[in-house]
Amino acid sequence: MTEKMIYLDHGASTPVDPRVLAAMMPYWSEIYGNPSSAHSYGRAAATALEEARATIARLIHAQPDEIVFTGCGSESDNIALRGVMHAARAQRSGNHLIISAIEHSAVGQTAVQLRDHFGFDLTILPVDANGQIRLDDLAAAIRPDTALISIMAANNEIGSFQPIAEIGALARAHGVLFHTDAIQASAVRRWDMRQEPIDLLSMAPHKFYGPKGIGILYVRQGIELLSPLTGGGQEDGRRAGTSNVAYAVGAAAALELVNDELAERTAHYRALTNRLIDGLLAAFPEDCRLTGHPTDRLPHNGSFAFRHLSGNDLLMHLDMAGIAASSGSACKTGNPKPAATLQAIGLDESWTKGGLRLTVGTQTTPQDVVYTLEQLQAIVPKLQKLAAMFA
Amino acid sequence: MSGGVDSSVAAALLVEQSYEVVGMMMRLWSEPAIGANAPANRCCTPDQMADARRVADLLGIPFYVVDVQEHFRRTIVQFFIDEHEHGRTPNPCLECNRQIRFTFLLNQALALDANYLATGHYARVDHTPSGYRLRQGVDAAKDQAYVLHMLTQDHLAHVKFPVGEYTKPEVRQLAVKFNLPVASKSESQDLCFLGDGDYRRFLREYSQRAGQPGPIVDENGRVLGQHDGLPFYTIGQRKGLGIAAPEPLFVLRKDGAHNALVVGPREALGQRRMTARQVNWIAGAPPPPDQPVQVKIRYKAVPVEGYVHEGENGRFHVTFTEPVMGITAGQGVVIFAADECLGGGIIDDETERIGIKNGRTQEEPT
Repeated sequence: MTEKMIYLDHGASTPVDPRVLAAMMPYWSEIYGNPSSAHSYGRAAATALEEARATIARLIHAQPDEIVFTGCGSESDNIALRGVMHAARAQRSGNHLIISAIEHSAVGQTAVQLRDHFGFDLTILPVDANGQIRLDDLAAAIRPDTALISIMAANNEIGSFQPIAEIGALARAHGVLFHTDAIQASAVRRWDMRQEPIDLLSMAPHKFYGPKGIGILYVRQGIELLSPLTGGGQEDGRRAGTSNVAYAVGAAAALELVNDELAERTAHYRALTNRLIDGLLAAFPEDCRLTGHPTDRLPHNGSFAFRHLSGNDLLMHLDMAGIAASSGSACKTGNPKPAATLQAIGLDESWTKGGLRLTVGTQTTPQDVVYTLEQLQAIVPKLQKLAAMFA
Repeated sequence: MSGGVDSSVAAALLVEQSYEVVGMMMRLWSEPAIGANAPANRCCTPDQMADARRVADLLGIPFYVVDVQEHFRRTIVQFFIDEHEHGRTPNPCLECNRQIRFTFLLNQALALDANYLATGHYARVDHTPSGYRLRQGVDAAKDQAYVLHMLTQDHLAHVKFPVGEYTKPEVRQLAVKFNLPVASKSESQDLCFLGDGDYRRFLREYSQRAGQPGPIVDENGRVLGQHDGLPFYTIGQRKGLGIAAPEPLFVLRKDGAHNALVVGPREALGQRRMTARQVNWIAGAPPPPDQPVQVKIRYKAVPVEGYVHEGENGRFHVTFTEPVMGITAGQGVVIFAADECLGGGIIDDETERIGIKNGRTQEEPT
């Protein structure tokens, strides 16, 4: 094994930026009151919480009351889908939900449960070979009782952006709400909610150098949610539970840094990712392919499929070489399923277990990329040999 | 690493000896658990995985679960079914060691640049000037050299059996010493891919042919009754045949080609001679024909004395000093000289047929 440690899994999570951590520090042992309390301790905490909310609102050109703090990105997705669909049912204004075939499971599994256990209708739109939905399919799927379209801004596995401006416009034209899971995309783009035809938007600060344990849900003013998390009425009745002040402060600080440093970060990401993509495709022209859209994709995401290989094995060998990566099909239990996303973009079974996702970050260096390419050039032929032996 | 005490202690001993150790678990194919009857060792339960991972964490070593499901199903589970369809009684653990553990997994380990594959088997490897020798573990009660008889010099150069130097009670004590959370686990002999430990049910479910009823015949082919399916009988079995006969009848052999269960009198059971295929001699050659050796015809069989003769087509024959009962085609026959495992093979169908004649000749009063 090697002493070298290279983290290429920023799509899974990122280190907390020291500046974010510093911003959070006062809210553990100094300012620890419950923001719902009426006393001075509570007021101090409430001030910090509302400042964080106002900061996020300012950064995405929204109103503070449009920002809901949740427990994580998945919870943001859950509150959006469940909240909108149950409210639509309560108002008898709709019963139908549209998602794409490559949503993160926080949306996909929620939608399927709404269908299977709560009696909502669900349309799952296919994607093309680049992992993007076709607007014609969406237009055809919209019905009079469609209450919500939930299409991710960018895919977590293969990195493809979806045409959210066009999707939103189509939704608007039909009077349907549009939610987007922007959990990956928010690491690499700004939002102007005055312009975006988006009604609900999910973010997870730990994807952009903020803390885990907090999610953000943007909910456009006037949208009714029947919250799945009821209790003390926090977050304007949209997400009960004691407010997590330190993490809210961290979320705001992290989003502020994304906005401030976006140009440098994306340029840095793109240069590294392109090098990875070019290097791997050149090294394995027949047996490795880029998955997702070739250009309209997350700049920090290099996602690949290797023919006849197992993502599990690739990750094991990379880990032994000190490189942390991920795969759409891998799991710790050695029971890999063909990656649903890779199936959805039309890859056959010789490819769908061989997914590899390399996601770079602010600390990734060109040397890291060179080392990773070197390692993969040694690992892949070894695994190909093994695969051929036991085919 | 299975999460069990033997492989956990093996890993701990190697870490203690300053080896750089990587923990691996094989995700083999298994049926889903059936009711509450899933065998304790059914492969790769969340508990086993969590146990193995906990041990690896405790030892500070990486731990990976390697997916072998397809390969295992194709080579071992199908082999188990095929053998039963041919009227043989396979030992899939031998085949798993041959094709999976010491081929697939060993190759995986070597591809990770490992020098050795270590397992929790109770056996020892000696490196002598004339090559590697496989010996029984120091715990005679736990010896597992039998299931390793297929290892070659190439294999032995790349394997380690750290617990072979200890008895099972010592290994349990070592687990306590290393603070491993596995010291009090019980063991199971069931096949790891069964959902409920019931191989009869498994064969009925997964095979059209194995487990079909057929005739019970005597040695002359006379039909005496009907059997429920060849896999459900053992050679030497007397009870449960459902035949009224003047003298007690015993299962002599299984005629897979005719799906017939051949029965006969007790004196037809003993065999003086047997044949083995899929032969491996660890030193590269069989023992000389005049050297008395100890022969194990099943994993748990008491060794008996015999002599090895080379046969045709890579086979070998054993002649026994005393008639031996219960020789079963498909099981492993393993040859020992004192505590050294010389090699072995798989008992050939021929054996059951030859055996009957031999047994008859030997036992018949003249």
